[in-house]
Amino acid sequence: MSEIILDVTDLHIEFHDHDKPETVVEDFDLMLEEGEIVGIVGESGSGKSMSALAIAGLLKRHALTKNGRIMFDGHDLLTCDRDILRSYQGDEISIIFQEPMTSLNPVKKIGWQVEESLRIHHKELDKAERKRRALNIMDAVGLKDSEKVYNMYPHELSGGMRQRVMIAAAMIGEPRILIADEPTTALDVTIQAQIVELLRKLNREKGTAIIFISHDLSLIRQLCQRVIVMQSGNIVETGDVEDIFRSPKMSYTRKLIAAIPQIDI
Amino acid sequence: MRYILKKVLSMALTLLVVSICVFLAFSLIPGDPVTRMFGTEATPELIASYREKMGLNDPFFVQYFRWFSSFLKGDMGTSYDYKVPVKGMIAEKIPITLTLAVMSFLIMVVTSIPLGIYIAKHENGIMDHIISVINQIIMAIPPFFSGILITFVFGIIFKLFTPGGYVSYTKNFGAFLKYLIPPAFAIALPKAAMATKLLRGSVIEEAGKDYTRTAYSRGNTTNAVLYLHVLKNAMIPVVTFMGMALSDMVAGSIVIEQVFGIPGISRILLTSINNRDYPVVEAIIMGVAIMVLIINLLVDIIYRLIDPRIEVEE
Amino acid sequence: MKKFLSLFEKNKATGKRNYYLILGMILTGIVLLIVLLGFFYMPYSPTKMDASSKLKGISLKHIMGTDHMGRDVFSRVMYGSRVTLAIAASTIFIGAGAGTILGALTGYFGGMFDEISMRIIDVMLAFPSILLSLVFVSLFGTGTYQVAIALGISFVPSFARIVRGEFLRCKNMDYVEVARLQGVSDLRIIFVHILPNTLGVLMSSVMIGFNNAVLAEAGLSFLGIGAQPPYASLGNMLSDAQGYLFNRPGYVISIGCVIVVMVLGFSFLSEGIKRIGEY
Repeated sequence: MSEIILDVTDLHIEFHDHDKPETVVEDFDLMLEEGEIVGIVGESGSGKSMSALAIAGLLKRHALTKNGRIMFDGHDLLTCDRDILRSYQGDEISIIFQEPMTSLNPVKKIGWQVEESLRIHHKELDKAERKRRALNIMDAVGLKDSEKVYNMYPHELSGGMRQRVMIAAAMIGEPRILIADEPTTALDVTIQAQIVELLRKLNREKGTAIIFISHDLSLIRQLCQRVIVMQSGNIVETGDVEDIFRSPKMSYTRKLIAAIPQIDI
Repeated sequence: MRYILKKVLSMALTLLVVSICVFLAFSLIPGDPVTRMFGTEATPELIASYREKMGLNDPFFVQYFRWFSSFLKGDMGTSYDYKVPVKGMIAEKIPITLTLAVMSFLIMVVTSIPLGIYIAKHENGIMDHIISVINQIIMAIPPFFSGILITFVFGIIFKLFTPGGYVSYTKNFGAFLKYLIPPAFAIALPKAAMATKLLRGSVIEEAGKDYTRTAYSRGNTTNAVLYLHVLKNAMIPVVTFMGMALSDMVAGSIVIEQVFGIPGISRILLTSINNRDYPVVEAIIMGVAIMVLIINLLVDIIYRLIDPRIEVEE
Repeated sequence: MKKFLSLFEKNKATGKRNYYLILGMILTGIVLLIVLLGFFYMPYSPTKMDASSKLKGISLKHIMGTDHMGRDVFSRVMYGSRVTLAIAASTIFIGAGAGTILGALTGYFGGMFDEISMRIIDVMLAFPSILLSLVFVSLFGTGTYQVAIALGISFVPSFARIVRGEFLRCKNMDYVEVARLQGVSDLRIIFVHILPNTLGVLMSSVMIGFNNAVLAEAGLSFLGIGAQPPYASLGNMLSDAQGYLFNRPGYVISIGCVIVVMVLGFSFLSEGIKRIGEY
């Protein structure tokens, strides 16, 4: 058994936007082993994205976390100093989002955005070295003409290419954990398959552990060994993907399986 | 490069439209220029010979091209009243008006940008509310009245400057600049208030966009996200506004020069309008039009530098 | 009436009150009250000079003091506000009227005429508004009526732009298509079918326009090319009063404040009207 790198226990997230606090995540547990791919599945509003944002340290101030622990590298990411949290963000823990169209800064060059984590976390690297690494990772995620793309702006790229740019930017620091929050939802089916394939390749070659979040169980089945099923803030089922497919315990999981178009299986 | 070329061409076209409109408007005004020049001394023979000499009997477009080409060469005609070339009359005044406008512009930029960022950062904080209320009031004070208030408070009560103590820029440039500070503030205040309000809204809007979350996820501090990511995006609408504000300031100085007794372009323009000295009015309007068009061109170029999404259209 | 009053109450859902609307109503109300009162009663004749009481401060006899010719400032403010408001109103009448017709025709028909007029309108809008009005004043000459017309024309482009945009949006909508298929004439479609739908947008532009018109009129008459003495408008009086800033600062400040209250009232009102839906 390999080493456990992330240990989330009893995570509670409550919103305080309105008069009454609203619980969006309750009793969320997750143990992530080195180099593993874990899937989190659930419909929208099930709390899967909120849990992911909490792990990435991106919950906004109006959301209040309590009773939980997110242990990484000997620190609780929920309570540790912001500087410590920031030193992991983008370097050890990276995240990519659902909307590649809006997740990139429209007025900055692609190269600048891909290199950003290096600029923040590895100040010792000079400009040429940063560019070399950026071009390397851009090649690795399958961006053709990386030298040209390096000097382009987001609006000049297609959705699939932008998601590859996001992945390149997330992977450039060779993080131990990559959180992929519905990375393929906004893309065409053919591009979806390519992105899933790319994530699998990066996992194999670089040994990065991946938390893959989706509402689509068939994608999870293609990529993950282990899955967590969530419904309205709670974990309803967890275990091996194939086991869950063969004998789902909860009716909710059965519904999710039934929702998969038959042609895919 | 193609973008700039296109913008320059469009500017030239606009200038052509403006010049035709101006020339047409002033040639439609009833009253004969020659009669206007000589007043009661005009005899029919004199009028006829001068009309021939000035080419007033030529077709409209011949007259227009003569006027426009000599204007471009720097010959702006002769004042009816002073019988001197218009160019000389306004050439020495333009630096005054332009300095005042540029100074007001700088004041607007250096006050509104830090203030707008500050209150956006502390949204709904106490300073945000206080500044928003002050802004609302400043925007309602017309510049000529704020000029009077500034004269009263800083000139008469605190005696920081001498009202009416204008110094020519040829005599003492430093004192000239110093005298322009209060009027520049009077012009800049309402524009700075609007720019602050605009920038605040723009920063808050941009800060809520997805790319800021990406920036945080890479370990950026709040300030790094604000200055490296949000600000450039937030400046896009502000640049447009500031370009318009600069054109307005050139025109706005006409009123403020009256308040502070500055002998800029304003006095000539107003006496010429009152005395119907049209060559002078025409020249000043064309001059301001050219300045406005150049400012617009510069804004377009800056815009292109900030926002890569602007492509050559059509 | 009840519905009208409910605009000032706290919204039950959000607990917020439309303070802009309330403040706008109060400030505009004060100005209108003073102007209306002036038609029936003024403390003194606005043109009656009194050499014995020049530049007197605030007193019970003269609540805003007297000017350099011994005239009662408050009476002159009553009259001057009337002149300023009248010019602003006719400016809006001309600007919104002509702008609406131009915008409606160009927006609906399009074509060459649309191209040319939009080119000219773009140029006019790029021009600083005060300079634009100065151009027209120099064409028409100085004086109260001339200034009203000059300001009116310089307000045409912005209204034309707004109405044209609305017409472009509406002209391909289903109800217009249906009317066209039924053989309704173009002019009837423009004025009976589409125009009423643009009223909402037009109203808020009229309010902002009023605000700008007051400022523009005050600016022009401050420069001495608006309403002519002795029946001066507020801007005119302000420029007279500026000369006595040393001797009696209250004179110029009180007149300036009336202008500020007027402008503030209209800007709050337009902001408040815009927000009616939100509260």
